[in-house]
Amino acid sequence: MDPLGNYKSIISARATDKRILKRAQDGGIVSAVFIYGLENNLLDGAVVASKEKNFKPVPKVATTPEEVLEAAGTKYTVSPNLSVLKSAIREYSCEKIGVVGTPCQIISTRKALKYPLGFRHLVDKIALLVGIFCMENFPYMGMKIIVEELCGVRLEDVVKMDIGKGKFWVYTKWGEVKSVKLKMTHPYEQSSCHVCTDYTAELADISTGSVGSPDGWSTVIIRNHRGEEIINNMIEEGYLETRPIDEGKFGLGILKKLALTKKEKNMKEIEHRKKLGLPVPPDVCGLLQ
Amino acid sequence: MEDKKITVAHVQLSSCCGCLISLADTYEKFPDILSSIDLVYCQTLMDAREIPEADVILVEGSVCLEDHHALEVAREVREKGKTVVALGACAALGCVTRFSKGGQMPKPVHGSFSSLTEIIRCDLAIPGCPPSPELIVEVITAIIRGDKEYLKPFIRYGECKHESCGCDLIVNVINKSLCMGCGICSASCPTRAIEMIDGRPLISPHLCVKCGVCSFQCPRIEI
Repeated sequence: MDPLGNYKSIISARATDKRILKRAQDGGIVSAVFIYGLENNLLDGAVVASKEKNFKPVPKVATTPEEVLEAAGTKYTVSPNLSVLKSAIREYSCEKIGVVGTPCQIISTRKALKYPLGFRHLVDKIALLVGIFCMENFPYMGMKIIVEELCGVRLEDVVKMDIGKGKFWVYTKWGEVKSVKLKMTHPYEQSSCHVCTDYTAELADISTGSVGSPDGWSTVIIRNHRGEEIINNMIEEGYLETRPIDEGKFGLGILKKLALTKKEKNMKEIEHRKKLGLPVPPDVCGLLQ
Repeated sequence: MEDKKITVAHVQLSSCCGCLISLADTYEKFPDILSSIDLVYCQTLMDAREIPEADVILVEGSVCLEDHHALEVAREVREKGKTVVALGACAALGCVTRFSKGGQMPKPVHGSFSSLTEIIRCDLAIPGCPPSPELIVEVITAIIRGDKEYLKPFIRYGECKHESCGCDLIVNVINKSLCMGCGICSASCPTRAIEMIDGRPLISPHLCVKCGVCSFQCPRIEI
């Protein structure tokens, strides 16, 4: 099984803009790409996951760099980003839309592009798909339990959450850092994630996430010409700084390992459900191998 | 030497004509489509009185069982069309005509509407209210190319004789532990009947027109 899907190249990168780095989860790649796109007329809107009070995710069409910045940072809960896809072309009249999403959301978008049954005049307006690495997700109340009960922090005090080094981390506005072993969070994962075999958003133009790069940097998988062009231009124009990806155990090694773990673990769950006579997700766009 | 163009007829039963308008909504592509096919019958666009034999007959609308004319047209279409396509949700699934109960003027007894797929065998059926212009073009192109792979979902919809509803998402996706909350169903709904609450679709039965788009777009259901 090919762990990462098709790609042209993989690099480590981070945004050069301090405003982005201050708010971003890791290297600020998604924010940097969208801001670059908006500032250089490659995009006129981006479908993002913004948030309200208490880390409540809100899908949003961002049309300015400020709105992109507001949406920066990972929310460890479900944000139905694609629910605003049609608003982007209707209410916002966008003609060049960037979409950021988890692997499943990128799959949904690709399916909509192949079979745009309910999407009049959308196909030629999707300009860029940015995927984020994802192992699984939590329902909002699941995330709340992890933060409030397992970590003992009120959601309203949280400024950042993170997963790394086998732990779920919570940072508060008082400067506290709390964590809980990832194993403790498993009961709060949404079960529909357990039939997904895509860790790195294999159908995106660009995929990014922290795994495989040092702290403060992101791993960037450039998958096609469209992704390559924008990343190369960003590097050239100083929006991104890069370093070669670590080919060893703590770089590509761990990335491939995690991607493969997700595939193997969830293929087992798929087989299990089939045995029980339960339906499993279809092979959308030939992704499942 | 020019290849012989496929002949296409468009037949309207009980429908609003929205599916044909959607096809025409392809702007500059529409003349291309018209020039790549040989349109032989379409009451809205041309003057032809008899439905001729055709390679493809696109039928839009459901069938009114109290209207013997509609039933005859349905049968005629099956006899004369090599490939019969139920174009749009009324023909494919029943759509908004499922709510008809009769009692309206000027034909108060016209109250029983069935999808075309329930009345005759349809080779292909396209849900959607209306199906997007881009999708209709893709399907017509796939028919011309003989791209069976792309047409698979529409062949399956042709075989299914039941209605569709937003609530299908509850039974087939949420109840089966498959919904991960991407939101594509909500965006695809033509009547905005689907709101995402806590990462799951909440379907308003008062707004749903039973067009089947949400289930079709869901990446977690086999189409």
